[in-house]
Amino acid sequence: MSTPTIQSNPVDQSNAVQFRIWRGNKDGGEFVNYEVNVSEGMVLLDCVHRIQAEQAPDLACRWNCKAGKCGSCSAEINGKPSLMCMTRMDSLPPGKVVTVEPMRSFPSIRDLVTDVSWNFRVKKTIKPFKPRKPDNADGSWTMFQQDIDRVQEFRKCIECFLCQDVCHVIRDHHKEDEFIGPRFLMYTAALEMHPLDTEDRVGDLKNRDGIGYCNITKCCTKVCPEHIGITDNAIIPMKERVVDQFYDPVTRLFRMFKGK
Amino acid sequence: MSFSEQFIVHEHDVLVIGAGGAGLRAAIEASAAGLKVGVICKSLLGKAHTVMAEGGMAAAMGNVDDRDNWEVHFADTMRGGQYLNNPIMVEHHAKESPARVLELESWGAVFDRTKEGKILQRNFGGHRYPRLAHVGDRTGLELIRTLQDHGIHKGMEVFMEMTVVSLLTTGGKISGVLGYDRERGRMRIWKAKAVILATGGIGKSFRITSNSWEGTGDGHALAYQAGAELMDMEFVQFHPTGMVWPPSVRGILVTEGVRGEGGVLRNNEGKRFMFDDIPEMYKNQVATDEEEGWRYVCGDKNALRPPELLTRDHIARCINREIKAGRGSPHGGVYLDIAWIKEKLPNSAEHIQRKLPSMYHQFKQLAGVDITKERMEVGPTTHYVMGGVAVDGDTQMSCVPGLFAAGEVTAGLHGANRLGGNSLSDLVVFGKLAGEHAAKYAKNNAAVEVDQEQVLAHTNAIMEPFERTTGENPYGIQHELQNTMQDLVGIVRTETEMQQALVKLDEYKARVKNVSVIGHREYNPGWHTAIDLPCMLVVSESITRAALERKESRGAQFRDDYPDKSAECATFNVVSKKAADGSMQVTRRSIVPIRADLKAVIEKMK
Repeated sequence: MSTPTIQSNPVDQSNAVQFRIWRGNKDGGEFVNYEVNVSEGMVLLDCVHRIQAEQAPDLACRWNCKAGKCGSCSAEINGKPSLMCMTRMDSLPPGKVVTVEPMRSFPSIRDLVTDVSWNFRVKKTIKPFKPRKPDNADGSWTMFQQDIDRVQEFRKCIECFLCQDVCHVIRDHHKEDEFIGPRFLMYTAALEMHPLDTEDRVGDLKNRDGIGYCNITKCCTKVCPEHIGITDNAIIPMKERVVDQFYDPVTRLFRMFKGK
Repeated sequence: MSFSEQFIVHEHDVLVIGAGGAGLRAAIEASAAGLKVGVICKSLLGKAHTVMAEGGMAAAMGNVDDRDNWEVHFADTMRGGQYLNNPIMVEHHAKESPARVLELESWGAVFDRTKEGKILQRNFGGHRYPRLAHVGDRTGLELIRTLQDHGIHKGMEVFMEMTVVSLLTTGGKISGVLGYDRERGRMRIWKAKAVILATGGIGKSFRITSNSWEGTGDGHALAYQAGAELMDMEFVQFHPTGMVWPPSVRGILVTEGVRGEGGVLRNNEGKRFMFDDIPEMYKNQVATDEEEGWRYVCGDKNALRPPELLTRDHIARCINREIKAGRGSPHGGVYLDIAWIKEKLPNSAEHIQRKLPSMYHQFKQLAGVDITKERMEVGPTTHYVMGGVAVDGDTQMSCVPGLFAAGEVTAGLHGANRLGGNSLSDLVVFGKLAGEHAAKYAKNNAAVEVDQEQVLAHTNAIMEPFERTTGENPYGIQHELQNTMQDLVGIVRTETEMQQALVKLDEYKARVKNVSVIGHREYNPGWHTAIDLPCMLVVSESITRAALERKESRGAQFRDDYPDKSAECATFNVVSKKAADGSMQVTRRSIVPIRADLKAVIEKMK
């Protein structure tokens, strides 16, 4: 089936780029072709905005900061989960049609917008931060930079959910009910490694959050726009804590006697 | 269809509009009072514009320089605001910020540390001592995520991707709000005893801005339409350093933290032009040469600040002057250089990447510039509005009973110019106060019945664009409006140009009545833009009329036809209010008198 091409007017053919953008909703959809005149330095989100302003005012897309800081404009660009605002047009293969789709792991709302509410529900199930008593009389704590570097790395997360989108446990196997996904394994790691936190979430990781499903293919790390070492720095150490707490023979023996 | 079928109805004691720092902090406070609290976010939770704040939050904790205390912070804020601030709010802010920072730490925030393991504080424009608690250059993200992750366990009900189109009042009192959800475009009524506006700013009324699409001044316009007063709207902060190249990123913020860490401004002759023009009131606070400025950056307590750390209003004007005089960079900015510190620090590249990771990333990825090696091109960008809803300095309630406001949508704390870093602390200090007092109000006042006629009238108005088949595209009007404000009511203003702007605004008002949108109500950005336009018009008109009324140059307002400060204008704030005939009425109101003890603090710090 041929789809209509809608042109922005006037198009300077020398810079005209062809787009295939998925349009539809939960009941289905199709790719629609657009043509946009691209100038120097433009990012993909600029092109989507230009299409909205000139050709398809009802094209739905989510965005806020346009500077890679809020994590709203996640999409799949030529099949790769990416932020539209940080994808420079000159980083895409020249002369080729650019395909833009919504994140495929989440239910569609409309066009490039997906229903990511599952992520918000998951976060609520994770035991919140519980600090030890303040170290100092003024209610403050003493913490050293070297002790918080790792936690700060995890807290750079902008919750774009690209890691959730790419993870095969969610994408292919739909284990949403048994698996919290890389974002929230790392969220848990940030709490567990927080020097002030006194809560224990390791049991939940094993029994409820499905950390065992992760077979460290590192897809999440590859798509993270903040370049966080999700697999190496967060998930693997958490897997080790699960092993230490539940599978270490000495601890097991100890637990047997303690009756836990 | 009956009324109840047409609308989804919610009921809360306290309803918060906006889920940035102020809204979330207010919701946490109201929830703590044991009330039923709702929060409406225009976007997803955690994406509000607070996330963009970079440099830090100002709080006189004295962790880095023990000479700092609330009195110094108070005096700095009043001086920065050119004494048009509400001193009661400035006092609350200076005294309570340190406790709010510690509270964030107790909720899981992880601030950068000093060698002794305390919260690290950095230098910023207009602050006498290093005062900004921060996390690299992503402090806003830390703030919003901490409030979000704490708040979701406190019982508040969160409504994501919903927009409020009108505040509902009965007999002049708040009865609730009317809005729609983006996903389905269904109309919803939230009945509430008290409403807190925490909707942020107005930057989208200008072409070049650091604000996202959400910054359409919804809260300002909602309050105005409901009978509240807007104050100080002439004071729009043009942040001196936004990106200028490539064009698609024009306006995106470059944190003041770059200058706090030693970054300097140069023109195309390589000259540090900021040394040429030091305002009178800062004469004895600025370094005499480049060497002293660098010593200040390194923490030498005997050194004075480099002129790049003067207030934003002044720096934006100096940059504008350099560009107009033909001494700008190739793409119409000036140079901001942090790479030069390699002369001073052996590991400068690593240092810059650690202190300014987002800036490094942003320039590398979007502009192809390595800031550890090359200069950045920067120019002024519309960033913040000091003006907003006039509120009581202690309770944050507006003149509409039951309507509260906190954060950027509120006037009073910042006067004629905001100091960098005072915004994040503003959010939590006044978010808390607004939450507390809205809760009190909700406990002491019965719910007011919603006026169904009002609801139907507003609903019909926002559905009209679907019924027109031949009208204008809303994006076109938005674009023209932004150009008008940028070109005629921007950094440098004159009577003639602003009168022209008013004529244009009238024309847009007429055209907005004739916009049409295609498609249906589900997640339709064209329709959303059509609904945002009237808000942007109220804000733009208020800015323009207030700027005309203030015939002087002070703080963020620079009038080419009145280039000096006037003693008379130091005595009033400008207030916009909707008159009985629907027109905008602009009046002067005497500034809030300052208590003798606070006046003494200012004298002591001079």
